[in-house]
Amino acid sequence: MAGFLIKRILQAAFVIVAVTLVVAFAVRLTGDPALMLSQGAGSITEEDLARIREALGVNKPFLVQYTDFFLGIFTLDFGRSFLGGTPVIDLIGNALPATLMLAFASMFVSIAVSIPLGIKAAVSRGKWADQFIRIISLIGLSFPNFWLAIMLVLLFSITLQWLPPSGMDGFASFLMPAITMGIILTATNVRLVRTSMLETMQSQYIMVARAKGLSESTVLYKHALRNCAIPLITYFGLQFGGLLGGIVVVERVFNWPGLGTLAFDAVGARDYPVLQAVITVLSMLIVGVNLLVDIAYGLIDPRIRTE
Amino acid sequence: MTEHAPILRIEDLSVEFGASRVIENLTLSVSPGKTTAIVGESGSGKSVTSLSVMRLAEMMGATYPSGKIIFEGSEGKTDLLALPQKKMRAIRGKDIAMIFQEPMTSLNPVFTIGDQIAESLILHEGMSKKDALKEGLRLLEMVRLPDAAQLLNRYPHQLSGGMRQRVMIAMALACRPKVLIADEPTTALDVTIQAQILTIIRDLQAELGMAVIFITHDMGVVAEVADDVMVMWKGKKVEEGPVKDLFANPKHPYTKTLLSAVPRLGAMAGEKFPKRFPVAVMDGDTPRIVGSEHIQNTAKYDAQPLLQVRDLVTRFDIKKGIFGGVTHRVHAVENVSFDIYRGETLALVGESGSGKSTIGRTIQQLQKATSGNITFDGRPFASMGKADQQRLRQEIQYIFQDPFASLDPRKKVGFSIAEPIHTHHLMDGTKQIKMRVDQLLERVGLTSAHADRYPHEFSGGQRQRICIARALASNPKLIIADEALSALDVSIQAQIINLFMELQEEHGLAYLFISHDMAVVEKMSHRVAVLYLGQVAELGSRQQVLENPSHPYTQRLLSAVPVADPTRNVNRTMLDGEIPSPVRRVGDEPAIVSYQEIAPGHLVANAV
Repeated sequence: MAGFLIKRILQAAFVIVAVTLVVAFAVRLTGDPALMLSQGAGSITEEDLARIREALGVNKPFLVQYTDFFLGIFTLDFGRSFLGGTPVIDLIGNALPATLMLAFASMFVSIAVSIPLGIKAAVSRGKWADQFIRIISLIGLSFPNFWLAIMLVLLFSITLQWLPPSGMDGFASFLMPAITMGIILTATNVRLVRTSMLETMQSQYIMVARAKGLSESTVLYKHALRNCAIPLITYFGLQFGGLLGGIVVVERVFNWPGLGTLAFDAVGARDYPVLQAVITVLSMLIVGVNLLVDIAYGLIDPRIRTE
Repeated sequence: MTEHAPILRIEDLSVEFGASRVIENLTLSVSPGKTTAIVGESGSGKSVTSLSVMRLAEMMGATYPSGKIIFEGSEGKTDLLALPQKKMRAIRGKDIAMIFQEPMTSLNPVFTIGDQIAESLILHEGMSKKDALKEGLRLLEMVRLPDAAQLLNRYPHQLSGGMRQRVMIAMALACRPKVLIADEPTTALDVTIQAQILTIIRDLQAELGMAVIFITHDMGVVAEVADDVMVMWKGKKVEEGPVKDLFANPKHPYTKTLLSAVPRLGAMAGEKFPKRFPVAVMDGDTPRIVGSEHIQNTAKYDAQPLLQVRDLVTRFDIKKGIFGGVTHRVHAVENVSFDIYRGETLALVGESGSGKSTIGRTIQQLQKATSGNITFDGRPFASMGKADQQRLRQEIQYIFQDPFASLDPRKKVGFSIAEPIHTHHLMDGTKQIKMRVDQLLERVGLTSAHADRYPHEFSGGQRQRICIARALASNPKLIIADEALSALDVSIQAQIINLFMELQEEHGLAYLFISHDMAVVEKMSHRVAVLYLGQVAELGSRQQVLENPSHPYTQRLLSAVPVADPTRNVNRTMLDGEIPSPVRRVGDEPAIVSYQEIAPGHLVANAV
């Protein structure tokens, strides 16, 4: 297990270096920030632009800029925003909790709903409960999330006026964004849990557990669930990455003050420091979650732990 | 042992899955201290019978249109079929326990051995976890597992198949059941391990006085363990009786054909060559005799050998360190040398990890050799170009154990048989190829109409015939048959053995016959090589190796084979211990054995 973890941590470090390099490079392809900053400032000479570039530090060679940025990560110094000069770390510090809360709330909703439903569908395979759950999950899968978000706003905020349409202000404001993100995840996960459970229930050791005289619920929740969780955990980890990617759209619709909104604004302003910091933080989150998945894997599956 | 009243009586039991009836009006009774064997081929309903006693069959969709299963428990007579599942759970695992066929998958991979044994005790005996683990330790010692205390904390994947099956037995016996159902408990195990497991079951039965229902397709095992036998065929009981009577004087035609098809190790003592025997086949309800006795003198020892293998070594790297360095290797094959002549069958026998399949795969170029030389028809592998290697793939054909897995389920069998003809450009013209396919199908005992069907429409035996037809399609000189008969029922097996031998005579084919079944090897091979941990322990003619086994491992292997003769006395005091693993640390190389020729062509490895 120790060897396995060290290997994974080394891999994670490599991934982060690669991601930051690609991000820093790609961000600089979006255009000249000096031009963007000087928009509407009347007549601008080439010298003015050069001075702005020097002030922002974007006139230095790429590798120098990258090294500054990369070394900054270790001291949590991501530089200052090109807009207004706020330290980037403060911007991230404000946005990160909002995004994390939303992401974990959606993951939690999806897992809490999909596991019991998936198991129910698996044990009543072919019966009406199974058919019903599968049809509902298919409908859930068919919604694009931006459309669903708008429909929810229309119904609950504008027509019924039950929930706030945007912003982050208390528990009520969580519901719609979390449901929007959660529904699509749940729809996929129900099918996944169902398939994994069906496969596990075919195993010989399930027959053996029944032959011991154990009750169906012990067979299901003790013997089957833990085995069925092994492939699911990997998938949930991967899903978390996809979730963070999809969060940009949902944050925009609900005007959620998270990393997605921050990144969206930074792209428009060619605010390199903010953009590369947001993407770096997101990729570290994804790598971190997958590392946790690997550890969880070892805890659940002794075949990995004792290797 | 004194006669007891039956403890379990199955009366007029019928079982249906949907509309198809798989058991019909079955009646059987078993007594304490006795072993009743249920024998039959695949699909005869023997496993469904046992699962019905456990009331587990209905979880797979079974219904019981008629019958009773009367169990004489501590609380008087109970009809198990009338019990609600909730009450049945109190009997299942406590009074009636079961051992399953696949020890590798019967234990839950995420729980320790200790937890899994303790579970029954906590459930049925109301023990505390601590007491249950203590009792678990005693049970593991009872099934003679070494280091039982440590095993409690181990996980299933850390145990070999034989050890897992012992854990299963310990688990099943935890609550001292009155009836033990053993469903093919040794089928997936090597013979020496099988012998150990059978001994353990028999000893514990004597100690606990339980009734054992032993389900098997292996008549050798039946002869060894059973007091009474019930023969099932197509969901019905066709015959039952005490084991000696049934073997000596079978009455039903099906029992007769079954017993006549069983290969008996030692039955060919004194014969110089392999031999074909007539086989009785059930044709509807009456047996029909197919084939005739014929001596198989086909090997051409005066010519150059077709295949020469010299000092073959095949190793696989496994287990790598953090930076990708290899720490462990499987020493699958170590310095193996042998020849195969045209028209000859050389059997490679051995148990798991002996390297027999790796040798076959290396010759077929499915696996790269680490070192050594292989020469086929005078051409060394090492000097072959791409074109020569391709030709080799035509001249050497492989037949696998699982005929279903080796046929593409989405392609008609005619296509699969024609494929090698296309690949190797052996023939032109759709019409000619079609004729060739029809002719091949007829040769292996099928009809040309079968070419338009898909693999799932055939039985296991028919599928293996299709695989043989496909192998023949490329006019091979050598066929490697890797456990090609192991998955087949005995009557089918006997027919396929004859087919192999007929084809050998017609086409002068050489066979490398890889098998763990000594009785089949005795019937069809000219020479035998016994493998142990990747090296040849003994090599010689069939008669030399089987009638004068001179290496201790050969002797051990032969003594472990169950023989379908209940009058034979079994003495297996020499069997003990596990087969060592061929996985070794890098740097810890195995010792290479040297040989002594004790008779012309009879090589025996010296002790290391």
